[in-house]
Amino acid sequence: MAGSRESLNRFYVLIGAVLVVGVGALVWMSSRPEGPTSVPVATAIQPADTAGFAGYALGPESAPVTIVEFADYQCPACQSFEMVEFPYVRERLVQSGRVRFVYKDFPLNQHQWSRLASHAAACANDQGKFWELHEAIYRTQPEWSVARNAGARFRELAQQAGVDLAAYDACMSSLRYAGRISAMAAEGIRLGVGSTPTFLIGNRLYTGVQSYDRLRALVDSLSPAAPTP
Amino acid sequence: MTLRMGAALVALAGVLVSAYLWLYKVGVIGTLACGSGGCETVQLSPYSRFLGIEVALIGLLGYVGLLGLALLSLQPRFAAARWPVTALAVLSGAGLVFTLYLKYLELFVIGAICRWCVVSAVLIALFFLISLLEYRRVRRVTA
Repeated sequence: MAGSRESLNRFYVLIGAVLVVGVGALVWMSSRPEGPTSVPVATAIQPADTAGFAGYALGPESAPVTIVEFADYQCPACQSFEMVEFPYVRERLVQSGRVRFVYKDFPLNQHQWSRLASHAAACANDQGKFWELHEAIYRTQPEWSVARNAGARFRELAQQAGVDLAAYDACMSSLRYAGRISAMAAEGIRLGVGSTPTFLIGNRLYTGVQSYDRLRALVDSLSPAAPTP
Repeated sequence: MTLRMGAALVALAGVLVSAYLWLYKVGVIGTLACGSGGCETVQLSPYSRFLGIEVALIGLLGYVGLLGLALLSLQPRFAAARWPVTALAVLSGAGLVFTLYLKYLELFVIGAICRWCVVSAVLIALFFLISLLEYRRVRRVTA
């Protein structure tokens, strides 16, 4: 039964009021601050930024070969390496003790969220969850790279990775690792890194995604004693 | 308040809930007030898209359609017309079936429950129920 004109008008007022309140709530939620949305590029690098830090490392220091990867979280090629090749590298080269794998940030300035992703991973590292968040950030790259506030996504991924959010939020707000990220990028530039991913193996740079087979062959050539399957 | 008005209000609630999920999905809203973390798991899963389209967007468009139709059905000239209520019942029935499929995915494939998706499921079920009651009423009146 359609109501009378008067009750219909009252209903339209009700619908309008609900709509205004609802849209207002959505606008308020979309404008809430969600922590830092960027990490400054031009950060003065202090000695403390890199003191006792030589990259995010996996594998024993005594490993005969060290692979250093300079990468950018928002770079699709880096994601390809992380998702396709790195699991084999980790399982067959790192866990066997033949390789020490070191990840270093090399955020490219054309990527809006790279430094923020690097900073999120650095904050997770404070809680021993670097590799968990590192993997999650790369895995969800297609999602957050087009987001308007990727920082909120990183926070959720951190939560899912088991990171304590209170400490994470404090770390992110402080931007305490901005200098360290810049230091890693500066180191890459000094070494001749110009694109991502770039791998430093021995004293040579290898640019672009390196397959597991290629890396294994390189490792075998540098430490031929125990060839890897 | 008539059943049709109730249907319009439920559809409006659905518009707001699905808009909330869609704005989150496209990154306009940073975090979902979910409590369990299940919302993010569901929203970031591959199943948050259906045929390449965001499920939240499908929900938003669906609810907007239902809201428009429900408001149209309120016009006095459609008071005794069957087609608006038939359309409401058919469209919301299709929405309910799609929602049940999504609930199956959440429970048995993704393994996480998104509370806002549950709210949306309750709303579409309620809308379907209201449209069935209204359909029965109109049939009785016009018989």
